Amino acid sequence: MKRTLTRTATSAVALVLTAGLALAGGHCAAGKTLNDGILTIATGNPAYYPWVMDDAPESKAGFEAAVAYAVANRMGFEDANVTWVRSSFDQAIQPGAKDFDFNLQQFSITEEREEIVDFSLPYYSAAMAVITRQPVVENGAEATLASLKGLLWGAHASTTAVPMLAEVVQPDAEPLLYGDNADVVEAMKANQIDAALMDLPTALFTAAVLMDDGVVLGQFPPERSENPDQFGLLMEEGNPLKECVDAAIAELTEDGTLAAIEAEWLAEATGVPVIE
Amino acid sequence: MTKLELQGVTKRFGENVVCRGIDLKINEGEMVCLIGASGSGKSTLLRCMNLLEPVDDGVILLDGVDIAEPGLDPQPVRQRIGIVFQSFNLFPHMTAVENVMLAPRRVHNRTRDDLLPEVTELFTRFGLADRMDHYPDQLSGGQQQRVAIVRALAMKPEIMLFDEITSALDPELVGEVLDVLRRLREAGMTMVLATHEMGFARELADKVCFLDKGVILEEGPPAQLFSDPKQERTCAFLARVL
Amino acid sequence: MTQTDLEGPAATPPGLTRRQVYEARIRRRSMRVAATSTGAVLLALFILIPLAPGWEGVKKSFFNADVFARTFPGLLEAFLLDVAIFAWSAPLIFLLGLLIALCRDAQSPALYPLRLFGILYTDIFRGVPVILVIYLIGFGIPGLGLPRPWNSPYIWGTVALVLTYAAYVAEVLRSGIESIHQSQRAAAASLGLSHSDTMRFVVLPQAIRRVVPANMNLFIALQKDVALLSFIGPVEIFRQAGVYKSLLANFTPYVGAALIFLAVTIPATRYADYLMNKQARARS
Repeated sequence: MKRTLTRTATSAVALVLTAGLALAGGHCAAGKTLNDGILTIATGNPAYYPWVMDDAPESKAGFEAAVAYAVANRMGFEDANVTWVRSSFDQAIQPGAKDFDFNLQQFSITEEREEIVDFSLPYYSAAMAVITRQPVVENGAEATLASLKGLLWGAHASTTAVPMLAEVVQPDAEPLLYGDNADVVEAMKANQIDAALMDLPTALFTAAVLMDDGVVLGQFPPERSENPDQFGLLMEEGNPLKECVDAAIAELTEDGTLAAIEAEWLAEATGVPVIE
Repeated sequence: MTKLELQGVTKRFGENVVCRGIDLKINEGEMVCLIGASGSGKSTLLRCMNLLEPVDDGVILLDGVDIAEPGLDPQPVRQRIGIVFQSFNLFPHMTAVENVMLAPRRVHNRTRDDLLPEVTELFTRFGLADRMDHYPDQLSGGQQQRVAIVRALAMKPEIMLFDEITSALDPELVGEVLDVLRRLREAGMTMVLATHEMGFARELADKVCFLDKGVILEEGPPAQLFSDPKQERTCAFLARVL
Repeated sequence: MTQTDLEGPAATPPGLTRRQVYEARIRRRSMRVAATSTGAVLLALFILIPLAPGWEGVKKSFFNADVFARTFPGLLEAFLLDVAIFAWSAPLIFLLGLLIALCRDAQSPALYPLRLFGILYTDIFRGVPVILVIYLIGFGIPGLGLPRPWNSPYIWGTVALVLTYAAYVAEVLRSGIESIHQSQRAAAASLGLSHSDTMRFVVLPQAIRRVVPANMNLFIALQKDVALLSFIGPVEIFRQAGVYKSLLANFTPYVGAALIFLAVTIPATRYADYLMNKQARARS
């Protein structure tokens, strides 16, 4: 008797699961993911505030975690059918098969990168921000290009901050470059550099949490640069899933969902002065 | 007049006692030869005389002053007592003349120019005038050994010690080195030799000492020691080598 | 086959001994075998690898001629910084290494602290990865609040490299000092030379010469490790290649950087091997 019950329960669960998978099967993404019925999403290791809260993307907390689940849901995946993996930038762009369906960790869309991998439509237009320390401000640094030129600059080497520094700021001294933002902060604390260029949300977090005397001096709004820094979901070159992802993002942009997520997680980003 | 006197000199390496209370008198201008089998303590005794090896016990008097006193700086003594080794021990990275000038320059603070005349004279005296700028590996064994002797002489020592200086040489080169000793003898240098050249010792030594197991078993003028040894072991040794 | 063997001696060219003829035949056969096997390996490399399904992707990402041409001049320019860092580090490393080696050789009991310091120093700096030393010193010491320009990552990165490599050079020099036969010291002492004069004029000149090949190998390694300074800011070739990699999402700049390194290190390695062989021959 007991055994029968257990068996019935098991088949019921199986039925529900099959139903869930069948639902996905009816959608654009059917048969295009790594594992049928499951969406595998990659993010950084570790993933940072405010993009992912507490390095736990499953919690849906944080801007990119929320975007990821919104896109997944729109493509027809239940929350339970989303799995997370971690990857570095280099793993994301190396040739060969990927172990994720898409990867989001503030990848800026550029023409050159498009030749090697595929990007979705942008889910966020990032402003680049100038982060510095209180003593530098007291020494007269201002949010003007003329003032910024004279500073000693640093940046995370594999971000679009590097070409932006060269093209927009054109500093007098060669910038120093680092392997990650933690090292950039360390160099600022050691007074080896005056200021660094980061995307605005990261700059706000860094100034508020990682530094005692951090200041976000100003931002270059996205429309300011010729090629605004836009974040896209990164996929293997020629991934058939791209059209489904693009469709989902287009809808999310259209109906204001993305704007709402941005307002929820990146609210502080407004109110930072614009650099003239 | 006694130049160097050893009283009860004892030297041990760990458990191995190499010199067992040796007494020996060397007069000024005298040539003393130490003979004996390998391991009988000849080399160690020579190295003790100029303090290359610290003496465990006993007294060494140089002009009546004890130089074996523990704690005494050995450097001034070594400047007064020169030694030449079996294996030449020239400095391979220096030319012959640099080998010779190094110690006078560093120890006596003399300059090259100041030294050159007397050093050239030494090289010339021993037939090495055209070898001054050669490196040791460009010289024959006999030439190297002669440079080593010149190097020791350049410090103007009062006593010269020679540690089997012909043993590492090819037989045809032994003669040229012995010639040098002969001339030093004529010039009145006080010399102590550890040697296997019995003919040479017999011809020139003032005194021959037979060492056996770390003691001087028998000593005397060469004529007496070689032709009429008193000790059985001396006889046995001489029978083997002569 | 049998025929050749029979004809062999009959066809002996005038003036060659039977042994020379035999050796020439063996030599020709070895060359044929070597040529065939080398050819087979190259054939496999050039035909089989491109047949692999992922080859197109790998080629685009690692061997992209277009990217190579665009980035190579920039890489070369960045490499000048590596050369400069090497040029000012190497003499400092040698001097400090020598000092440490002499500390470890100190024999008087009064100098025992020096000796202990030498031992601790070499143990510690050979035991810690270079990159850790660079991080700790490169960020840590300037973090104490040094004013500019004394907090420069160039200065403290160099200090980190010098401290680490001096430990290795010290060990090499010490082995050289110990390899000088005791009889050389005895000869110097018998002439009345002081301990320090003996070291300076007799032991060290020979010891340093003897370990030139071993030190060459260390300095080749240093030339590569200079790139680690990029972790604390300086944009040398490794970092420049990383920047290009990020901008272009392409690994070809790393291949370019590798080629530039090889262009320097291969001749240097060959030369070190040549010196080493020469020394081995001279000693035998």
